Amino acid sequence: MTPEGNRLFGPVDPAVDAGYESPPRRVAFFTDTSVCIGCKACEVACKEWNLVPDDGLELLGMSYDNTGMLGADSWRHVAFIEQNRSAGHQDPGLEGTPAGPSGSSVVAGLVSEAIAAADAGDLGTDTGSVDVAGVAKGVPLPVLPAAAGNGRADLRWLMMSDVCKHCTHAACLDVCPTGSLFRTEFGTVVVQEDICNGCGYCIPACPYGVIDQRKSDGRAWKCTLCYDRLKDGMQPACAQACPTDSIQFGTLEELRERGEARVEELHDAGVTSARLYGEDPGDGVGGAGCFFLLLDDPEVYGLPPDPVVATRKLPEMWRRAGVAALALAAAAVAAFSGARR
Amino acid sequence: MTAPGDDAQARMWEKGGRPGREQAMVPKAEFGSYYGRPVIKRPVWKWDIPAYFFTGGVMAGCSLLAAGADLTGNHRLRRAGRLAAAVNIGASTFFLIHDLGRPARFLNMMRVLKPTSPMSVGTWLLTAYGPAAGLAAAGEVTGRLPALSRAAGLAAAAAAPAMATYTAVLIADTAVPSWHDAYRQLPFVFAGSAAASAGGLAMALVPTAEAGPARRLAVMGAAMDLLAAKQMEQGIGLSADPYHQGRAGKLDRWARRLTGGGAAAGALLGRRSRAAAVASGAALLAGAACTRFAVFYAGRQSAEDPKYTVVPQRERLNEGRPVRADD
Repeated sequence: MTPEGNRLFGPVDPAVDAGYESPPRRVAFFTDTSVCIGCKACEVACKEWNLVPDDGLELLGMSYDNTGMLGADSWRHVAFIEQNRSAGHQDPGLEGTPAGPSGSSVVAGLVSEAIAAADAGDLGTDTGSVDVAGVAKGVPLPVLPAAAGNGRADLRWLMMSDVCKHCTHAACLDVCPTGSLFRTEFGTVVVQEDICNGCGYCIPACPYGVIDQRKSDGRAWKCTLCYDRLKDGMQPACAQACPTDSIQFGTLEELRERGEARVEELHDAGVTSARLYGEDPGDGVGGAGCFFLLLDDPEVYGLPPDPVVATRKLPEMWRRAGVAALALAAAAVAAFSGARR
Repeated sequence: MTAPGDDAQARMWEKGGRPGREQAMVPKAEFGSYYGRPVIKRPVWKWDIPAYFFTGGVMAGCSLLAAGADLTGNHRLRRAGRLAAAVNIGASTFFLIHDLGRPARFLNMMRVLKPTSPMSVGTWLLTAYGPAAGLAAAGEVTGRLPALSRAAGLAAAAAAPAMATYTAVLIADTAVPSWHDAYRQLPFVFAGSAAASAGGLAMALVPTAEAGPARRLAVMGAAMDLLAAKQMEQGIGLSADPYHQGRAGKLDRWARRLTGGGAAAGALLGRRSRAAAVASGAALLAGAACTRFAVFYAGRQSAEDPKYTVVPQRERLNEGRPVRADD
């Protein structure tokens, strides 16, 4: 523990802050999306190792991503986005073909419309589908341009394997009323399922929308960064399964260096859109334990662009509640002052 | 949405699209998102939670009224306050346990006391408040040990203002935009709403001659509630929008009408007519319930639409002032 006690904001070693006396070095994922091929081996390996139940074999009808988002039964989620932009100096080979424009934005429009039309009860806890077919009814097929030049010259696919960020300042852990969520000696954040009583507080607390309630058993579930494997000196299942080393596991310190070097390398190769996300210990969550190399704005991948841990403002919130409580007490006193009997 | 893709959509619809259909297909806002999917998870809490916010507020206000009535010798008001508080404690406890994913594990709440978890703080507050208010009600019913009931009633009243306001911290301490951004005003909305509803209930239960303090508390509470809600609307930017839309908007409009109307009717007619006091008390109770459900649904709506998460954060970044640890 630091001399001034637990802190709610700013750079800190979370394991030391949580009271471990000489913890091992903090471990992390560095997910380099520039080499992700969208194979979803990480999703499968995670499910198999952690015995995560299926969340419906559904086709979401929006892209090659049929997982949709992270949730109680999806601890890795591979996002997929198609854009009419070039990836560095790569030639997509579209020249002279009758390829039409990307359908991604049309589908995005359909999906957001379907989400707006969906019963809210299907959202949030359900990582799965919205009825895209319903809103898409009557939408004609796109008209392909007759000749090249009308279509598109550029194309890139963005793929990203999303995961729990294991924040330095984890709102889910802070707000958990049972102590079910705890900080491990590795600096990660894990749910103890034998303690969780399904109060659901961690779920809206997470600024990334990671943790969720499993409907079938009422408890909250998320990535453990394979705590059991770490204990045995093994790397997490997703990192082990990743065929391109898009998911790299190691100590946070070393991975941050590796991430910076990789960004530089990509910039030199003409991929100027490469940037790190979540690596900065000065950010709103004190730095994510799991950070990313992205090729576009975070929100394009469904990530919040400037996330902040809710408990940052907690002392101020308690102060405001204290003043309001005093105002209520004062109103009660005033209501009786001048009472005749 | 600007991404994924770019203006491909426009080109795609140049020919062959059905007239009128294109407009609907254009994404509504200029911000990036992943297929319009939410960024944060919507709260999984069901109606139990806003119902608890309501009953928790009523019981807190009732305990305050009962304690004041006890000290000023207003026996009817004391009796109504103590009994109503006890009924609402029962309802609150039911709502809280019923909403758990694993109700049988309710007692796991008692494993720890965490100041960083408003829910943990609230659990312990309720553990202190509940038995005290219950004891006061038991004394009221049996007529025995008046000194002990008085002490218990005063202890309950001491905890009551915190009971009425901690729930605002509970929801503000989340990533839900319409809750988190309102952390300055929500405790006052909840405190005012608690006073208005408890005053309203006591007005309905107690003869007009003895209901003076209840009327005054109701009017002050309604004023605090409406004023704080007004400030919230003006002070939280984009996050105020969900309070005016959909189910939340409907509830919010009713909350204002019922709270304002109930308070005005109570102040003007509550002294003269018992029927008017009952009607305005009912309006105040309904208004407070609408307030809590409006806040609840506004938060849910703000979580369901990625706009409320992404746009303010993107604006911060574009203006070169991201949230920093050294701020």
